Amino acid sequence: MRGRFSKFTGWFLVLILALVPLAACSSSGETNSSGSEGGSGGEETLDIFSWWTGAGEEDGLNALIDLFKEKYPDIEVENAAVAGGAGTNAKAVLASRMQGDDPPATFQVHGGSELNDGWVAAGKMETLNDLYEAEGWEDKFPEDLIELVSKDGDIYSVPVNIHRGNVLWYNTKVFEENGVEPPATFEEFFTAADKLQEAGVTPLALGDKEPWTATHLFETALLGTLGADDYKKLFTGELSFSDPKVKEAVENFKKMLGYINEDHSSRNWQDASQLVADGEAAMNVMGDWAKGYFVNDLNLKVKEDFGWVATPGTDGMFMVITDTFGLPKGVSNPEDVKKFLSVLGSVEGQDAFNPLKGSIPARVDADLSNYDEYGKETIEDFKSASLAPSLAHGSAAPEGFVTKVNQAINIFVTQQEVDQFISSLEDASGDLK
Amino acid sequence: MKSETTVEQSVRTATTRKRRSLTKDHWLAIGFLVPSILLVGVFVYGFIGWTGYVSLSNWNSLVPDFSFVGLKNYIYLFGDFRFQADLRNTLFFTILFILAVIVVGQFLAILLDQKIQQESLFRNIFFFPMALSFVVTGVVWQWLLNPSTGVNLFLEKIGLDSKWYTDTTIFPAIGWGKIEFGIPIAMIAVVIAAVWQMTGFSVAMYLAGLRGVPEEVREAARMDGANEFQVYWKIIMPILRPITVSVIIIMAHISLKIFDLIYAMTGPGANFVTDVPGVYMYETTFRGNYYANGAAIAIVMLLAVAIFIVPYLWSSRKGEA
Repeated sequence: MRGRFSKFTGWFLVLILALVPLAACSSSGETNSSGSEGGSGGEETLDIFSWWTGAGEEDGLNALIDLFKEKYPDIEVENAAVAGGAGTNAKAVLASRMQGDDPPATFQVHGGSELNDGWVAAGKMETLNDLYEAEGWEDKFPEDLIELVSKDGDIYSVPVNIHRGNVLWYNTKVFEENGVEPPATFEEFFTAADKLQEAGVTPLALGDKEPWTATHLFETALLGTLGADDYKKLFTGELSFSDPKVKEAVENFKKMLGYINEDHSSRNWQDASQLVADGEAAMNVMGDWAKGYFVNDLNLKVKEDFGWVATPGTDGMFMVITDTFGLPKGVSNPEDVKKFLSVLGSVEGQDAFNPLKGSIPARVDADLSNYDEYGKETIEDFKSASLAPSLAHGSAAPEGFVTKVNQAINIFVTQQEVDQFISSLEDASGDLK
Repeated sequence: MKSETTVEQSVRTATTRKRRSLTKDHWLAIGFLVPSILLVGVFVYGFIGWTGYVSLSNWNSLVPDFSFVGLKNYIYLFGDFRFQADLRNTLFFTILFILAVIVVGQFLAILLDQKIQQESLFRNIFFFPMALSFVVTGVVWQWLLNPSTGVNLFLEKIGLDSKWYTDTTIFPAIGWGKIEFGIPIAMIAVVIAAVWQMTGFSVAMYLAGLRGVPEEVREAARMDGANEFQVYWKIIMPILRPITVSVIIIMAHISLKIFDLIYAMTGPGANFVTDVPGVYMYETTFRGNYYANGAAIAIVMLLAVAIFIVPYLWSSRKGEA
């Protein structure tokens, strides 16, 4: 009797064990992208994927989501943000989801190469031409910007903001105390830096625990030395990295590294910005998300506590970083996603998001009164400046190239061997296609 | 005498015993084993094979490309500055980490063995870090060693301006390939955190071993005129040797594939002084989308672990038969 019973349970267990993997497979096949269904009568959740978890950026995203919920209360929204500066971790999560055919409803992607050579080239994105047409957006976004989110004449995402990468932030008090004027050229920068160093202040703060910040500094040196046109040619293969102008830029970069804080490799960009805020360091090259950090987190006052100029040699140029959202292929609720994208691309949406995030709106017709002094000035600058795509943030070149540049930079910051650095840039440029 | 019965061994002995005594239910045993063999076959060995296959392909973008390129990815890796630095770091991390875990673990176990009061309290204190994830350890130690907070602030206060956590010095720095060969100073910070986390394990192992040494043996040694130090050095340590082997095996496989601690604590570090293959693999694969290169790194890591584990499994198998 007992033996029979144990046989029966045995077979039963075997059956269950054998079925478990099958069940797992079939369920993952069915519920493509629905992720966490709320049980609300089969309604699909709209999961918005980004790396906006820091102060400022998170507030901006929440404001946008709130606006969307107000307009479409029936659509379930999930904020699927993954922490990590510049998308360090989020991009990995995104890659596995996309390749596993489980794309989020919509995700944050930088306009330019990251979108076009990445997801669009891999055939993972839907075109949004009809959405642009329906919303009449063709003349609401600057042409250069639409170019950044298009490939072969088709538009693939909606820009929500513009960040400027080439900003030199400085502590006004430190500058005043030491009689230093905001530098406009490399020469002025080095003179000012010498003066500050003599006074015992760290001239330039850097936090390259994540190497992209050093790449960020390098790209501004490249832009400042080469100018916007030649800078762009580097990534289309028209200008070689062995060009003497690149060498000059690397020399400038190297010289700048001579003025940084000693503990740079254990700090991240916020830690470095904090050095400027505390007056331990005088200047910091960072995108204008640093303004969000200064104002929202450290309660500093624009122009009073900190000031800004374009990084040396880049006056009239605009290192553009634009966050955009697109529609991945294989999403089960594309109409809901388009509704979200239309809110995101509206004046209302952009003005809800950008003042909190610290960026400026991507649309040309946004309401200026929503922005602080920095925002107003930058919106004006943006209209007339020549645009250059950011390398560190994946707009200028494919991720693979950026990863290799980050590696080369990581070595260069310590070893400072110019020729070796340039030759590794040249090697990596094989990945530019 | 076999004091180091690992989990696999005990499972194996259990199943063989079952098979012998329950011959009638032989088919049932097979029925139980088949699903797990299938699962392990697909999800462990199948995936290892898949990774090996990818590592020989040209899949280095978001678009899969399985054209065969032979050992190209491996050749690239071993000529790569970062990977050479990784191999150096792994080697020195492993040596320092295992040495420290053994020495500290043995020392603490011997102290605990002195029939002190509140022994279980101390045992728990030493064992507690084991309960934490390496990620947590990494974050905590990152705070402790951050240049503007924690330990370094204290060192700065007493006049020692220490930047060791961010130091890029390699000691003694012998040129080798593209890299300097030696102990990366910044790595020592990571070793401290790893030792802090894992020593509890070796304490527990050694304490169990010490308790297994019969009191008569010690008494006999004392009768022969050995002092307490000699009792430990000449009698007990040799008996504990099999435990040391187990600790080395277990720590080696942890340190050869370590990722989370370093990723949370220092990342690659300036000039890759704290980079390890695990971190490089993650960044190559998921940041750079170089899937084939990432797979090649993973295979190299697997082989490195196999060098330690396979002879051990082999010898333990022989010992059983």
